[in-house]
Amino acid sequence: MTVGIVMLVHTALDRAAEVARHWASNGCPVVIHADKRVSRPDYTAFVEELSDLPNLKFSKRHRCEWGTWSIVGAAQTACELMLSSFEDVRHVYLASGSCMPLRPVSELVDYLAARPRVDFIESATTQDVPWTVGGLDSERFTLRFPFSWKRNRYLFDRYVRMQRRLGYKRRVPLGLVPHMGSQWWCLTRQTLSAILESPDRKIYERYFRRVWIPDESYFQTLARLYSVSIESRSLTLSKFDFQGKPHIFYDDHLQLLRRSDCFVARKIWPRANRLYATFLTDSLAVQRRAEPNPGKIDRIFAKAVDRRTRGRPGLYMQSRFPNYGRENGVTSAPYSVFAGFSDLFDGFETWLAKTTGSKVHGHLFAPQEVEFSGKQEIYLGCLSNSAALRDYNPYSFLNNLIWNTRGERQCLQFGPADNQKITSHIARDPNAQISVVTGAWSVRLFHSNSNFSDIRKSAAQLQKIESEFLDVLRAPATKARVRIWTMAEFVESPMEPLQSIIDEIGQRGPRRLTEAPKMVDLSGFGQFLQNLKNQGMHPHLMGDFPAESQKHQTPQVLSKPYLVK
Amino acid sequence: MRVLLTAGKLRWRRRKFLFRAYRKRRQLKVLVDRTGQIRPKNILAFSTVRDEIVRLPYFLEYYRKLGVQHFLFVDNNSSDGTTEYLKAQPDVSLWSTDHSYKLARFGVDWLTWLQIKYGQDHWCLTVDADEILVYPHCDTRPLSQMTKWLDETNRRSFGAIMIDMYPKGKLNTNTYKAGDDPFAILAWFDAFNYFVQRKSDLQCLWLQGGVRFRHFFKDSPDRAPTLNKIPLVKWSRRYAYVNSTHSILPRRLNHVYDEDGVEKVTGALLHTKFLHIVAEKSREERRRREHFANSDLYDAYYQSLSENPNFWDEDSYAYRDWRQLVELQLMSQGDWR
Repeated sequence: MTVGIVMLVHTALDRAAEVARHWASNGCPVVIHADKRVSRPDYTAFVEELSDLPNLKFSKRHRCEWGTWSIVGAAQTACELMLSSFEDVRHVYLASGSCMPLRPVSELVDYLAARPRVDFIESATTQDVPWTVGGLDSERFTLRFPFSWKRNRYLFDRYVRMQRRLGYKRRVPLGLVPHMGSQWWCLTRQTLSAILESPDRKIYERYFRRVWIPDESYFQTLARLYSVSIESRSLTLSKFDFQGKPHIFYDDHLQLLRRSDCFVARKIWPRANRLYATFLTDSLAVQRRAEPNPGKIDRIFAKAVDRRTRGRPGLYMQSRFPNYGRENGVTSAPYSVFAGFSDLFDGFETWLAKTTGSKVHGHLFAPQEVEFSGKQEIYLGCLSNSAALRDYNPYSFLNNLIWNTRGERQCLQFGPADNQKITSHIARDPNAQISVVTGAWSVRLFHSNSNFSDIRKSAAQLQKIESEFLDVLRAPATKARVRIWTMAEFVESPMEPLQSIIDEIGQRGPRRLTEAPKMVDLSGFGQFLQNLKNQGMHPHLMGDFPAESQKHQTPQVLSKPYLVK
Repeated sequence: MRVLLTAGKLRWRRRKFLFRAYRKRRQLKVLVDRTGQIRPKNILAFSTVRDEIVRLPYFLEYYRKLGVQHFLFVDNNSSDGTTEYLKAQPDVSLWSTDHSYKLARFGVDWLTWLQIKYGQDHWCLTVDADEILVYPHCDTRPLSQMTKWLDETNRRSFGAIMIDMYPKGKLNTNTYKAGDDPFAILAWFDAFNYFVQRKSDLQCLWLQGGVRFRHFFKDSPDRAPTLNKIPLVKWSRRYAYVNSTHSILPRRLNHVYDEDGVEKVTGALLHTKFLHIVAEKSREERRRREHFANSDLYDAYYQSLSENPNFWDEDSYAYRDWRQLVELQLMSQGDWR
């Protein structure tokens, strides 16, 4: 007992001949149907080339057009010839010229011999599957389609619309439940001959001649009538893209096809030399006995579809420039923004890097230059530390930085003295973790050696800028993870907020902070604020700092740099 | 209303370009006309060249291998044997002109005329001699397979980012021999130092960045070279490139990028400008003042180029293949798997 291969061929005859020879010389009888549109000299040469094979025959030629009955007609003729000429064929496998066996023929023969009564034909009712692309599913079976979709799209569409309007419906012959599925099947002699020799064949044929794409439904529906055991799946691996066009396999799919363990795949690009060379040699004959596993390939293609529907997050380039709100992530990875911390703590950046193991930068948006970690001039991916280049397009700058350093969390310092153009961008980025100690910038001024009137002026300016920043962060459109403390609140108990930030960064798993960063000396800070107030500038962002309270503030922090909690 | 106004303006601009091309057709003198060889569906390449004898052998070999079936060159007054070399190629049609490159919109007018005449309904690749196109799967699938796929997805234009390739060390350290793989020397590039914005009128992207951006344009980043390109277009005689191949009219063709958050397939043009000959060429270009709209502003740029700077940095990436460019997000497979 063996498997007969029925091949429907219309182009790339040289490759078809190669595959046919492969089947035939491995003991599978082959019947080839060549489309009538193949020119006579080409056809003669094709026949000539395969004439040395005793178990290979050519069936009567039909003129085939996609989506019409002619393809079913061709398959019927070829199958009849197959069943009548090769007595020992038990399964008939319908394949096309661009199908290619991926596993040794003997494995397919053994596989089918072990399942002598099983018909492998994908067949499902139209309600059950979302396959169809372009709107015609159950209507395939109830409307008429006298016009060619390929050549006469206008009339085709018009006629469909007219029938819909008139409410026209064809009657499905009694006893038939329309099923659809892949047109590449493998049926047993019993089932196939039952279909071909059925007394009702004429009735069914008349019905299916006017069905849309009957090659996906004729055998699929009738097999349901006659088969004793249907496996509703195709042994031929074929993928369709989002438009319903068959996916073409190229040389670069070699490993993918190998791993699929499928018996046959289509559609193979005729010039995929490496694929043909690999799969049409018998050296592969390692008995694997694995079940076909198209799921492996599905997963990879699902990823492709995913990329079609979503794209890589935070990607702005020649392929992708999402409109506002369609970004699927403003940046590509989580990062943290710290405002005020480096003013409040000595060596905050070093401490943060040590505690979290992330990459900690200085003020990336500082007006003079980009303060990359370690003061580098050129950073990963060749970002320059030039402030002019950064300010030219700060969004791209940040996106590039986050992308270039993927896998390593980035932390950056921010403050009112920096370029503020970026604020709305980070505020609406779910990847951003923004922690702000409001008013902490004033500590710098407090420790500075400037004249008080200058200090007053810049304090007023910085306070205004920071208020605007806070407004942006508090806006309803904000998607970033935002935490805001006033400086007074924060100084009161710094460990708890720090702990929650560090936990969220979570680089090294949850653990208690054992070492606190060293807070700068704040003695006299309350008085400093009072002086500002006295001069008519009202510093409100720092929170409530009583002029006298500093005395117990600082020693408290200094006395316990190590927490045992 | 404003939308209509812009659309109208752009339409007139496009007609103006087409008319310019028509007027400048007489500047072209045919040297070899093998356009009779062109068959329907052939992929054509268009290019303006001047003294490119060093780059052309590799250029032709590379694009022939990708499946370009015919090359249409405009030779702008070469003196290094480029003309003779191109004449001798079996699949090249050659025109020559000694008119101003700059006045012909940097050669675009000439090419537009050739495209009107020969490009209709062909996929047309418009590249300079120092631009080498890579695209997803370019090692296993020829250009014709990609254009077929673009046809099936109803797209008529294909975008690419131009990547400046540079050597390690001074630019003139290694001498390139005509015909060799230029990327054996120009093996390095900036991985992700590219800045992107959108132009509202033409609706094209505006990409800048890479090594020239960080090296030469720290003071005036807006003058840095534009890197977005649309090198491959299924041509219609109504189309016209606006400046070089950065943007094209009608502007729907500029939508080589996706706006809904997914990715479209794009490629990259590897720029082989920085071969050892660049210093000498820069001196000449500075003298001729035929490049860039405001040539004066680029004096410093040409000056420093002619001194053979070193572009290489610790963070430069070594070029491997198209997969690397996809991984680095410089181009995308989109859904062409």
